[in-house]
Amino acid sequence: MSTFDNPFDPDRRLHASGCSCGHHASEAEHQASTQLQAQAALESEQTRYQGVVASAVMRAMFPHDATRRAFLKSVGAATALAAVSQFFPLKSATEAFAEGGPLEKKDLKVGFIPITCATPIIMAKPMGFYEKYGLNVDVIKTAGWAVVRDKTINKEYDAAHMLSPMPIAISMGVGSNPIPYTMPAVENINGQAITLAMKHKDKRDPKDWKGFKFAVPFDYSMHNYLLRYYLAEHGIDPDVDVQIRAVPPPEMVANLRADNIDGYLAPDPMNQRAVYDGVGFIHILTKDIWDGHPCCAFAASQEFVTTMPNTYGALLKSIIEATAFAHKPENRKQIAAAIAPANYLNQPPIVLEQILTGTFADGLGNIVKQPNRIDFDPFPWQSFAVWIMTQMKRWGQVKGDIDYAGIASQVYLATDTAKLMKEAGLTPPTATTKSFSVMGKSFDGTKPEEYLASFKIKKAS
Amino acid sequence: MTSSLRVRAAVVSIAIFLAFIGVWHIATRGTGAVAEMSPEYAALMGATATQGKSAMPGPLEVGAKLWEHLKNPFYDKGPNDKGIGIQIGYSIARVALGYLLAVAVAIPLGFLIGMSPLINKALDPFIQVLKPISPLAWMPLALYTIKDSNQSAIFVIFICSVWPMLLNTAFGVAAVRKEWINVARTLEVGHLRRAFTVILPAAAPTILTGMRISIGIAWLVIVAAEMLVGGTGIGYFVWNEWNNLSITNVIIAILVIGVVGMLLDQILARFTRMVTFPE
Repeated sequence: MSTFDNPFDPDRRLHASGCSCGHHASEAEHQASTQLQAQAALESEQTRYQGVVASAVMRAMFPHDATRRAFLKSVGAATALAAVSQFFPLKSATEAFAEGGPLEKKDLKVGFIPITCATPIIMAKPMGFYEKYGLNVDVIKTAGWAVVRDKTINKEYDAAHMLSPMPIAISMGVGSNPIPYTMPAVENINGQAITLAMKHKDKRDPKDWKGFKFAVPFDYSMHNYLLRYYLAEHGIDPDVDVQIRAVPPPEMVANLRADNIDGYLAPDPMNQRAVYDGVGFIHILTKDIWDGHPCCAFAASQEFVTTMPNTYGALLKSIIEATAFAHKPENRKQIAAAIAPANYLNQPPIVLEQILTGTFADGLGNIVKQPNRIDFDPFPWQSFAVWIMTQMKRWGQVKGDIDYAGIASQVYLATDTAKLMKEAGLTPPTATTKSFSVMGKSFDGTKPEEYLASFKIKKAS
Repeated sequence: MTSSLRVRAAVVSIAIFLAFIGVWHIATRGTGAVAEMSPEYAALMGATATQGKSAMPGPLEVGAKLWEHLKNPFYDKGPNDKGIGIQIGYSIARVALGYLLAVAVAIPLGFLIGMSPLINKALDPFIQVLKPISPLAWMPLALYTIKDSNQSAIFVIFICSVWPMLLNTAFGVAAVRKEWINVARTLEVGHLRRAFTVILPAAAPTILTGMRISIGIAWLVIVAAEMLVGGTGIGYFVWNEWNNLSITNVIIAILVIGVVGMLLDQILARFTRMVTFPE
């Protein structure tokens, strides 16, 4: 479910997996209704906060969806709202969340990588979300994930755009020294794709892909794990039958054109860019592998969170608000125009528009309509982290026993984030995990080892 | 005779240039529509896909874009979008700082090495090991220890431009003719005075040759360093436009980098001519 959905709607699932809704006949109908609902529920900033706060409260009160549904159905949403307000001061909690204390620091630097996953972080600048909370944020384009990591560790950046597995890897000390990191918000869900070279347009069955050369942007990325998962589900061993290399996104397009690689699983705009330039086609959106998967994240060192709680709170609030704005389909065109200039993504606006609106050319002559090709939902579910760790272990990036739940709670929805939310008069959601399914196989975050053991193709011993 | 040679060379140069542009233009021409597309679909596609335009930009495109950059080289639209003049300025400033640091270290140290066979032998193994290290190999280490990307870039410039200067200075100082030093000795000139009035002028051409090699290397390195570090500079500009897959801008950057590199080299060449003396 999306954090911005109305928690007093009995038919909405707060913990549900898969499609954010699930009670519509068709996608179009779902879209129309979400739009209406989004307009109504997110009329003003105030109501939006109320929604976020109320969501948290409802989640805390009713960990089981069935109970909440039954309760709401029997008493009605209005009564429920009144009843909840009785013993939990929703109004003052909302106000406290909106206000915060004095800022310790106003001029901030936030690093980003120029891909559409960074949309909320970037758009918050030109669209004034940072300004609204009294922050003067410079968003700085950065040359690569390792540089983002080092510059955040060096305190050149106060916070940064990272890949959602990166804070876990950094905290675990995989690929770098262990440094306590926090990931208070997911930047985007969905939003990636597998792009193949034009010459493979008749080889749509992954079983024919033996010997292919693939590229992903970084070893510790959802891109890498999703590509490996997808291949393995089709009986292709990603370590034996194909080659997977880490390649910076612009080089992927150039290599695809030069026939050096057969395809890649990459963040946008590179998938759409390959189509736009006529060198590749979109084979499958990652949304069709795992609908609602996290991709990029907003990350900060634990030190920043503890030494500047109010600044951190204001920054997080502006990002959450930008994410809420980006969640609404009707804003997407405007966002595409705001982030296209050289200062931000530096791409032809039509490319970004296709990605954000989900009406796009697939490279094979079809215009596809997938409104949730990319979506924005900041809640860092801890089961996401557990899934990522199962894949790290599955492919031999980490070995031995892993404290799945411990690391997940430390990095995703870090203790400091919870503290911050409490300070703001919020009850952090007690349900921090949700179940979901990846390619039809459901994942239970409490049984990671069993999940891992169920795979035929893996490296972990 | 020489003037006619110069004229003839200029004519050949221009002919080569025009031929190059001509071949470039022909090689990158569009081939017309490549495939049948509905207009609705074509509106979502780029020129490469719809008009069969080459992925490589033609000379006209590069020329137009270059003019656009040169018309307004110093605009500043936030931290990630600055004019090409500003980017070049950042790069030159970094190179100048790293290079001057290297001069300050390499020339006194080179003198010491050149004048003392003992220090020469003692430092030789270190210099031999450090000299061939690729400047970019220093980058992660610099970022990790210095904890500031701008200073790291300057450090990398320093570390890679110091060696040619050091070795050339040492060689130049060691190769000063023995007779001159002996004459100075007979005239009872002091150590310091001997260094400044006899050895320095004699070794100056070699030292400046070393400095000229170093400035070339420093300019080579800055582009790569800025691509890694990002933020500002011509190297960052290349990386940024590469992200955008704008080959036109990458070509322009290459051109500008070449011209600036040539200018830096020419400045040092002029200095070298100034201190060279006929024997």
